[in-house]
Amino acid sequence: MKFSKLVASAAILAWASAANATETLSMWYHGAGNEVESKIINQIIADFNAAQTDWKVELQSFPQAAYNDSVVAGALAGNLPDILDVDGPNMPNWAWAGYMQPLKIDEAKIANFLPGTKGIWNGQLYSIGLWDAAIALTTRQSTLDELGLRKPTADAPWTKDEFMAALDAAKASGKFEYALDLGTAWTGEWYPYAFSPLMQSFGGDIVDRSTYKTAEGALNGEAAQAFGAWWQGLFTGGYAQATQDGADRDSGFASGKYAFSWNGNWAALGALEAHPDTVFLPAPDLGNGPKIGAASWQFGVSATSKHPEGAAAFIEFALQDKYLADFSNGIGLIPATPTAAAMVDNYKEGGPLADFVTYSSKFGMVRPVTPGYVVQAKVFEKALADIAQGADVAATLDAAVDEINADIEKNQGYGH
Amino acid sequence: MASKFTRSNGTGWLMAGPAVALIAAFVIFPFFFAIALSFTNQRLISPNPTEFTGFANYSQLLGVSALTLDPVRDDTGAVVLKDGAVEYPALRAFTRKNPDYPHLDGMREWFAFDTPFGGDARTFVLARDVVFMKAIVNTFLFVLVVAPVQAGLALCLALLINQRLRGINVFRAIYFMPVVVSIVVVSLLWRLIYDGSSGLLNSLLGALSFGLIPPIDWLGDPSTALGAIIAMSIWQAVGFHMVIWLSGLQTISPTLYEAAAIEGASKWQVFRFITWPGLRNTAVLILIVITMQAFGLFAQIDVMTSGGPLDSTQTIVFQAIDRGYGKQDISGASAISVILFVIVLSISLIQRWLTREKT
Repeated sequence: MKFSKLVASAAILAWASAANATETLSMWYHGAGNEVESKIINQIIADFNAAQTDWKVELQSFPQAAYNDSVVAGALAGNLPDILDVDGPNMPNWAWAGYMQPLKIDEAKIANFLPGTKGIWNGQLYSIGLWDAAIALTTRQSTLDELGLRKPTADAPWTKDEFMAALDAAKASGKFEYALDLGTAWTGEWYPYAFSPLMQSFGGDIVDRSTYKTAEGALNGEAAQAFGAWWQGLFTGGYAQATQDGADRDSGFASGKYAFSWNGNWAALGALEAHPDTVFLPAPDLGNGPKIGAASWQFGVSATSKHPEGAAAFIEFALQDKYLADFSNGIGLIPATPTAAAMVDNYKEGGPLADFVTYSSKFGMVRPVTPGYVVQAKVFEKALADIAQGADVAATLDAAVDEINADIEKNQGYGH
Repeated sequence: MASKFTRSNGTGWLMAGPAVALIAAFVIFPFFFAIALSFTNQRLISPNPTEFTGFANYSQLLGVSALTLDPVRDDTGAVVLKDGAVEYPALRAFTRKNPDYPHLDGMREWFAFDTPFGGDARTFVLARDVVFMKAIVNTFLFVLVVAPVQAGLALCLALLINQRLRGINVFRAIYFMPVVVSIVVVSLLWRLIYDGSSGLLNSLLGALSFGLIPPIDWLGDPSTALGAIIAMSIWQAVGFHMVIWLSGLQTISPTLYEAAAIEGASKWQVFRFITWPGLRNTAVLILIVITMQAFGLFAQIDVMTSGGPLDSTQTIVFQAIDRGYGKQDISGASAISVILFVIVLSISLIQRWLTREKT
């Protein structure tokens, strides 16, 4: 009797430790449909699974357009994976809603990462990115020479007057359909990502970041009103299009329709291919220093994960310079560390896209770090689109403030 | 009350069971759930508990107020002109934290008109949620145009193809084709057709007018966007209603037409006194179906304009989905759905009453 009990418990123990030997970790990723991206992420997973025996990561990919909805639906159904990737500005919302838990990885490992790649909410690290993205004012050296414009640098960017003079010169030359390509064809997250930094350069913001409890004064204060008037002027002045054809956004700069294009590093190689003398100028200083958006897709651990230590181990494994360099080589993103950047021809010192690394570390500013950002981004996008179409600036910004404040109130301050 | 339903009818219930269960789970339960949620502050995702808020969502959506203002006058009492128009005090001063006008706080101008018999005074109609007000107006406009035009066009097509001609089935198939194609695909195609610079419609107009008509940004201009969507929507679903008309036409007994031919009735008289009375029930059905479908306008908006430019194509259902899912405000979206339900129900009842059999 005693003996059989012993055998039974020994068998259970053996079974338990055998099961412990390799636990499966599920992982969701937003890159379905992109062959290169899938190949890199699959390589990292294969390497990780081969490098140790405790964990086995299994990947499930989603198309980017359906990814956020899938995570929300998965969370409502209590069915989240262990590891998920999250767009930087959405992270606080998911952390606050209880989808994600703090990420426990060695701080030393991410000490030299670009600031925009670290997803920090309530003083804790929740997510970390292998790359960042940056925006530059893309133009051609020959255009600058013809129009007699000074080439701005990261240390001496164009002032607002210089920027407007450049647009005027491009418009007056009559060689371009429009002076500036802002990318208004890209609706959605592009608006807050690309245009809210311009507002911050004026001194305004989407929400008051000192408290995150109101947008009053930030989004409709004097600086924001000045930005709104300037923004509207870009369209009424004939410098840019309020409604743009998607095809023009993709190929307009290459075909010479626009003198300047406000575009990200992901489009830089295509621009260089079309015009070898393409240069990537820093964002103009509209009064409060040049600003560009930071934070791209990042990895984190779901709150319901039974094995957060395994998930963290995988994320830590993925943070190696060689993988950062792979992603950069494969899909043109800015590597998160200077050491990885040195391994990538495009981004190494003197490389054709090296400027983007400088801009990202010098001017990069994360979007408001608050769970309310998801709603605030939509309100901001609509306000900017309306102003571009000719809506009254003050009334539109006031309405946006009211909507954001009502939302913050409905959510009892979003935990700030 | 012992009816056939309550008496031993196990087989019947067993057969109806799956359908009843599905309808209950996906139609009846969500319906009552939405009504309940519209009185709370339920969010799509939130760690905060749900609270009962009474009619707050409804008053936020439907709050309307009016304010009459006298124009700005200079020291001599003359009206100040700005860009050739009479200038009025900024509404901002009244609607933002003005202790004298607490009921206007947070409201926005919806529209304004010169006060009747008020001299230079102007009345501003303010709404708490201008976007939703515009959505209601746009939706009604859409229904008012689409219902009669689509029904009429469908009847014309049905009369055209209700002939015994060689190859008439080819025409039937062609007219019916847009109905079979997914509305999302149709919307994407029409977005290309309406394109502001290189769209098919602009090229066509340019070629027909020898370049006299400049390219129009159909979907990017607030004055043409809703019209463009109306035209495309009518075209897309007209084939479906054509088929319903056609089935109505074919139930009319041929003997009536033969009798009319013998009597020497004109074509108009045949239509007026035989065809139209014979289509009465079909007409009622078609009107109600088109009205209900038109109130649900969403896919075209979502694909083609997202409610823009300047809210000229906002609709009730688009707002419900935009708020509920995009802005994570389930309670507000539920309130919008309930309002839409009340609107559609009352209009259906009115239509039923207007088209009742008069005795």
